[in-house]
Amino acid sequence: MHGFLGYVRRNNSLVLGSALLLFLALFVIIGHFVVDVEDARALSVRPLQPPSWKYPFGTDRQGRDLLAVMVAGTPLTLRIGFIAGFLGVGIGTVLAFVAAYYRGWADTIIRGIADIGLTVPGLLILIIIAVSIRGGLSVNQMAIVVASLAWLNPTRTIRAQVLSLRERGYVEIARMSGMSGPAIILFELMPNLLPYLAATLVNAVSSAILASIGLEVLGLGPIDAPTLGMTLYWVNFNAAMINGWWWWWTAPTIIIVIVFLGLFFVTVGLDEIANPRLRRSA
Amino acid sequence: MHLIDIVKRCGVFVVIVWLAASLNFFLPKLSGQDPVRTKLLQQAQLGGYVQQGIDEMVKVYEARFGLDRPMWQQYLSYLGDVARLDFNYSIASYPRTVSSMIAEAVPWTVGLLGMTTILSFVIGTILGALLAWPRAPRWMAWLMPPLWALHAIPFFLLGLILMYVFAFQLPLLPIFGGYSAGARPELSIGFILDVARHAVLPALSIILVATGGWALGMRGMMVTTMGEDYVTFAEGKGLSNLTIFMRYCLRNAILPQVTALALALGQILSGAVLVEVIFGYPGIGALLFQAIRENDHFLIQGIVFTVIVALGLTTLILDLFYPLLDPRISYRRT
Repeated sequence: MHGFLGYVRRNNSLVLGSALLLFLALFVIIGHFVVDVEDARALSVRPLQPPSWKYPFGTDRQGRDLLAVMVAGTPLTLRIGFIAGFLGVGIGTVLAFVAAYYRGWADTIIRGIADIGLTVPGLLILIIIAVSIRGGLSVNQMAIVVASLAWLNPTRTIRAQVLSLRERGYVEIARMSGMSGPAIILFELMPNLLPYLAATLVNAVSSAILASIGLEVLGLGPIDAPTLGMTLYWVNFNAAMINGWWWWWTAPTIIIVIVFLGLFFVTVGLDEIANPRLRRSA
Repeated sequence: MHLIDIVKRCGVFVVIVWLAASLNFFLPKLSGQDPVRTKLLQQAQLGGYVQQGIDEMVKVYEARFGLDRPMWQQYLSYLGDVARLDFNYSIASYPRTVSSMIAEAVPWTVGLLGMTTILSFVIGTILGALLAWPRAPRWMAWLMPPLWALHAIPFFLLGLILMYVFAFQLPLLPIFGGYSAGARPELSIGFILDVARHAVLPALSIILVATGGWALGMRGMMVTTMGEDYVTFAEGKGLSNLTIFMRYCLRNAILPQVTALALALGQILSGAVLVEVIFGYPGIGALLFQAIRENDHFLIQGIVFTVIVALGLTTLILDLFYPLLDPRISYRRT
C-alpha cells in the first residue's frame, strides 16, 4: 500500500487530473452552501448584469444567476457523463468478454457491429434518436440516449485486451484445472484488467460528456435544465458573443475545459498504471 | 489484399449504407411523430386562423408525401428514393428539395473539413515524430504541455475563445458566416479571399485541437518503434540520422496513425458540426442546426444519411489504399 501511494505521488498526470476534478467538486459543494440554486431558473435575478460582488459570474439575458447555473449545472452534466459512461463500459465489458473469450459467431457479430458503429459519426446518430423522441428530454433520458452509443468504443478496446490476456499461461492453467469460463473471466481476467477498465471508464465518461454537450448546443438537450451545454445553447441562441456579453460564455467554457482536462489527465495517469511500459517514456 | 477481402470490405460499406437508411426510416416512425401535422399546426398557430379543415389538409399532404401507404411499401420506396439520392422535399423550406439544399452546403464542409483534417494530420504526425526523436531541437519539448491541454478541449469551445479574441476584441477576422453579407458567390479573387478570411477561425479551432491528438499518438508510436531491434541495427550500420528517422522510424510508426485516421473521421466530423454552428459557417453542420430548429425531419434525415455515406466511402477508400502503405497486409490472409 505504501509503495502504491509512493507511486501515485510520482504519477503527475493522475495527481493533476484528480486535483482538477476535486477542485470542481469543491466548487459545487461549497457553491450549494453559498448561493441559492433556485436562482439558476430564468427570471430569478436582474438580467444581463456583468460580474459584480453580488453576482460574481454575472447574470444572463433570461435572468439567471450564472454562478447558481454553474453550481446547479456542473453536477447535471457530470451525471449525464457518468451514467452514460458506466452504462457504456458495463455493456461494453460484458460484450467484450463474450466476444473475446468465447469467440465464434458471437465474436463476429459483436466485433462487426462495434467496427461499423465506430466509423459512423456518433453525434449524427444521437441527433436522429433525440429528434425522434417526442417532447423534451430529461437529464436521465439524455444520459440513456448518449449511452446508446457509448458502449462501442469500450467493447472494441476491452475485447482487444482480453484477446491478449486469454493466451497467458495462468489462464491456460486455470482452464486445464477445470475452472469454468465465467469463473476464469471473473477471477483470472477481471483483476488484471481493472486498471485498464478504469482508464476506459474515464475515457467513456469524457466522450459521453462531449456528446451530451454537443446535443445540447444544437438545442436537443433538456431545455429547462441548467446544464453546461444548455447554457452554451442559450449563449448561441442570444448571440451573446456579438453583443459583448462575455461573462455569459466564459463561466461555462472555463468549467467545461476544467472537466475535460481533469478527465484527460486522469486517463493518462490510469493508462500509465495499466501499461507500465508507458512509465519509461513519460 | 485478396479479391475476397476487397469484396468483403465493400460489403461492409453497403451494410453501413443500408443500416443508415433503415435507421433514418424506422426511428422517427417508432416515435409516432407526425411531421406534416406538426408543421400544419405550427403554421395555423402562426397565422392565427382556426384549425378547421386541418385534418383534410393533413390527408392531402400525406398523400403527396406518400405517408398514407402501408409501412413496407413506404420502406421500399424510401430505399429506392435514397438510392437515387432523392430525400424528398424540405418540410420547412418547401418546395426546395432536400438534396438541393445539401448540395449547396456540402462544398463548404468538404473544404473546411478536408483542409483541416489533412493539415492537422500532417503537422501533428511530423510534430509527434520529432517530439519522440532524441536529436530534435530542445525547445520542442516545450510544445508538449500546450498540445496536451488543447487536445482535451472540444473544437467549438476553442472556437468560442478564438472568436472572442480575434474577431471581437481585436477585430482582425470576421466573426460570422462563410462570406461577407452582400458578397456574391462567384469565381473572383476578391470573393475567394473573402471566403478564406472567413474560414481562418473555424479552421484554426479544429486544427489546433486535432494536431495535438495526432502528435500524441505519433509520439507514442515513435517511442515504441525506436526501441525495435532493426533501429538499433540501422544505427550500428552507421546510417545517417535522417535515413533512420525517415525510413526506419517514421515509416513504420505512421501505419497505426493512418488506421486511427479512418476511425477518427466520424469524431472529427461530429466536432466540426458544432464549429459550423458556432461560427454560422454555411456548411452541413449549420444546415443541420437550422433543420433541427425548424423541425424539418426530411432535411435532418437527408443530412445524416449523406454524411454517413460520405464518411463510409472515405473510410472504404482509406482501407483499400492501406495495403499500398503497409505491404505486409497483402501477404496476410485474415
